[in-house]
Amino acid sequence: MSPVIDVYDLNFSFGSGALTQPVLKNVTISIRKGEIVLMTGPSGSGKTTFLTIIGGLRQAYHGSVRVLDQQLINSSEQVKVSVRQQIGYIFQQHNLLKSLTALQNVSMALEMQNRMTEQQRLDRAAEMLNAVGLGERLNYKPDQLSAGQRQRVSIARALVGQPKIVLADEPTASLDKQSGHEAVTILERLAKESQTTILLVTHDYRILDMADRVVELEDGVIKEK
Amino acid sequence: MNLVAWVYFPARLAWRQLIFDRTKLIAATCGVLFACVLVFMQQGFRDALYASAASAPVKLHGDLFLMHKQSEAMWRPIRFKRSELMRALGNPAVTEVYPLYLGLAPFKNIETRGKRTLMVYGFDPDSLIFDIEEIKNKRTALRLKDTVLFDEYSRPEFGPMRQLLEAGRRVTEVNDYKITVVGLFRLGVSFAADGNIVTSDLNFMRIFPDRSLNDIDLGVIKLYPDTSIKQVQAELSSQLNEFVNIFTYEELLQNEKNYWANMAPIGFIFGFGTVMGLVVGLVIVYQILFTDITNHRNEFATLKAMGYEHGYFIRVVFASAFFLAILGFIPGYLFSLGLYHLAESQIFMPMPMTFAKAMTVFLFILSMCMTAGFLAIHKLKAANPADMF
Repeated sequence: MSPVIDVYDLNFSFGSGALTQPVLKNVTISIRKGEIVLMTGPSGSGKTTFLTIIGGLRQAYHGSVRVLDQQLINSSEQVKVSVRQQIGYIFQQHNLLKSLTALQNVSMALEMQNRMTEQQRLDRAAEMLNAVGLGERLNYKPDQLSAGQRQRVSIARALVGQPKIVLADEPTASLDKQSGHEAVTILERLAKESQTTILLVTHDYRILDMADRVVELEDGVIKEK
Repeated sequence: MNLVAWVYFPARLAWRQLIFDRTKLIAATCGVLFACVLVFMQQGFRDALYASAASAPVKLHGDLFLMHKQSEAMWRPIRFKRSELMRALGNPAVTEVYPLYLGLAPFKNIETRGKRTLMVYGFDPDSLIFDIEEIKNKRTALRLKDTVLFDEYSRPEFGPMRQLLEAGRRVTEVNDYKITVVGLFRLGVSFAADGNIVTSDLNFMRIFPDRSLNDIDLGVIKLYPDTSIKQVQAELSSQLNEFVNIFTYEELLQNEKNYWANMAPIGFIFGFGTVMGLVVGLVIVYQILFTDITNHRNEFATLKAMGYEHGYFIRVVFASAFFLAILGFIPGYLFSLGLYHLAESQIFMPMPMTFAKAMTVFLFILSMCMTAGFLAIHKLKAANPADMF
């Protein structure tokens, strides 16, 4: 079986000319279906940049980045949009829409799927919120939820569309120990149930035990641990 | 993608974001409302101007009208010789011709003794050139020396004429000449004159001693029934001197309206006022949409990272603009309706709220909001997920 994420000899730099700042150097990594990979490394080592390239949010020009059998190097906007639609993204901040309720926020991830009726979307979103333990908080706006609850809503949002890959950028960074642990436990459980691949960037050594594999990115170079 | 979802989902998001922040929504609505009221008032005044400009000719009863070619409008006519009008009688289709004399003169308020200018109409009381019942009924009284009829719809500054007449106080001065008010009629004020009086041609000459019966301002021509007005008009234009214009009734009205719309700076002023109202509204709406996008930049970038396309956000912005147009227009319409009534009762200008006017203003406001949306969408580029996370 071919890996869902296959990166070969990826180079990426910010700036141009004399000011060129290399961020990723010859990065090569393969992630199989259903694998949970944690990526650690000091600040500024290029973890977030790497994640945004995989997620189709940032354009890279050198090397090869195949995600779900689509080449993202020098890709068109259409390819990137189609990759984004198949990926669940969990951000460092919860990044919920503050004018929408938890339920509406989660169902936003389903609005791009035309096959579903509005009722099916809401049912599916409610089911997902139940799964992250927020069944009682469906109609709360983000302001009315705690930081941990918000992050769980955003986990629900990332998973509700049954994505093949979940990319998470320091999901526990803004949480205390307990709610951070809760959040990743839920993420791990749901991912295992649905055979979802997870690439999670973290500083947080408390959650390393959930990983199938831990890699370290330092100064743009990747090292398996 | 099906069209309903294509419009509905972004519109729903726009709506939810709008109603989330009530304070800002109210401020935004007020901005549109302000522009709306401004445009409504400018349009209302302009239409009132045209309507009242034509109020005097509307009541004239005739088939063809002679005016000097150099006369721009009825309120500032260039005089021509009565003999020119009489020559029209040479046409076999013409039954009667009557001159009309016009002049602006100060009228002394019976109570306060203050003077204010109004329009004096002089006509042959044997003719029926005014289509106003009260004037027809009072023709005998007008044949007497120094009698006038007063327009009840004149501005109140001329005095409460009805009460004064009932109290027997009917003597005053026009152009420093003593006259007696023998009755009232209803015509209406215009931008040219704050009031009107009607008198006989002979009395007119007494009020204006420097005028002569041979120099007329407007000629009214009546034709035998069942004759083609257009044909007689064409015949007359070859028979009469070329310094007169021969208007049909509609052409006379149109000529008056055109004067106020194009020749007088006043038509331009209202047009300019409308444009300024829209520009102010545009800037307000643009500012609101722009800050809205800036505030939601993070959320839009998040949605983009989830796979939403750029077009979706453009539709969100336009939907917001559309909602603001609707939300501002409805109270703006109601508020303007009140102001129209106020204007009608206070300044005696006809200001009807027609469906066509409401529709025109709505289209103005809608295009204003859409233009603002169009200008604001460039800010969407700032919502780039790669730069946000």
